[in-house]
Amino acid sequence: MQNTRGLRSQLKDSVPVTGLCPQAGTYGVPDTLRRGFSSVKNELLPSHPLELSEKNFRLNQDKMNFSTLRNIQGLHAPLKLQMEYRAARQIQRLPFLQSSNLALDTLRGSDDTIGFEDVLNDPELSEMMGDPHVMVEYKLGVL
Amino acid sequence: VDMALSNVLELPASGFNFENSARNAVLEDVLGDGKTKTPKPMKTGTTIAGVVYKDGVVLGADTRATSSEVVADKMCAKIHYIAPNIYCCGAGTAADTEKTTDLLSSNLTIFSMNSSRNPRVIMAVSILQDMLFRYHGQIGAFLILGGVDFTGSHLYSVGPYGSVNEVPYLAMGSGDHAAMGILEDGFKPRLELDEAKTLVCSAIHAGIMSDLGSGSNVDLCVITRQGVDYIRPYQESEFKDQRQGRYKYKPGTTPILRENVEPVEVEVMQETVQKMDTA
Repeated sequence: MQNTRGLRSQLKDSVPVTGLCPQAGTYGVPDTLRRGFSSVKNELLPSHPLELSEKNFRLNQDKMNFSTLRNIQGLHAPLKLQMEYRAARQIQRLPFLQSSNLALDTLRGSDDTIGFEDVLNDPELSEMMGDPHVMVEYKLGVL
Repeated sequence: VDMALSNVLELPASGFNFENSARNAVLEDVLGDGKTKTPKPMKTGTTIAGVVYKDGVVLGADTRATSSEVVADKMCAKIHYIAPNIYCCGAGTAADTEKTTDLLSSNLTIFSMNSSRNPRVIMAVSILQDMLFRYHGQIGAFLILGGVDFTGSHLYSVGPYGSVNEVPYLAMGSGDHAAMGILEDGFKPRLELDEAKTLVCSAIHAGIMSDLGSGSNVDLCVITRQGVDYIRPYQESEFKDQRQGRYKYKPGTTPILRENVEPVEVEVMQETVQKMDTA
């Protein structure tokens, strides 16, 4: 069946699957060329006690909030909210450019709060720049 | 020269970056055991105290910041501004207290702008509690929050793991035992302003005398419904040393004996033009 959806909707929703292969490239095998040599010791335990909890912080908080919302208001409430989040998350510039994520921030309520993610490691001031072609290809999944 | 790296596939995530923690762990193993010590962060081994009195809150702090055994700052300001009616004393790692209170202040300012109200002290406490619990004590901030809002005067202590205490008198920091002794002895409900200021000052002074990590002057901050009086310093250290001489040299102190100017000849050896691949 022909895929009639636009190109934008085919963008890879990059949520890394943990536990399979941390250095995975295409086909799920370790990609030595792009990610360097893999070492079992490095991948076994995160080196910092906060690393895992910080990586998944937003996901866990959302999970908790949505399940509470489902218990209070019924299934429709988290369903509608998640649909809106999904739509807002798709409003992005090209992968190598900074997106404002204004709609997403407004939905989340993080447009009037400041946290460490606004102060530290601002991607606009990052010293490393990605090659635009490579980044777009990776996002489209054709790398 | 191609500035774009081909191994960067996604924009880096903002916020805390844990890339170097593996490297640091290895360095600790290699350099530890007395060979080389990793640099310690600057801590405000401190005495901070607060007292609720008749019309508001009095906060006090010493002004010494230490980096292991060295005094890093003799006049550091440990009473941070949070809101027009809320101030916060910070003990622990200096950078952590500074940044945490800055973030808190910014969030409360945004709230004030949104709602045109002064924030409540309990809001500051809740925000701090959430923020600090999220990082499981890695942010070493021991804070005493004091303020006056329409519900009254409040004094809270917030620990680095997010624990909160509301009490009428408090001391924290490395000199807290000494300060707490003075406070336990001298506190009574509904103190007058002068009594409260003297009590906090003697509590901080006890900490300065008995604790190596506290020293120099005593800063006080009096918060009432009418406003804030930030007294810095309230009491200067009696052990201030006198500078023996001036260490700045006048321009022209070193005589110029001889001047010799030689232009450096730069020659273009090789020029290459590389076309960027815009296909």
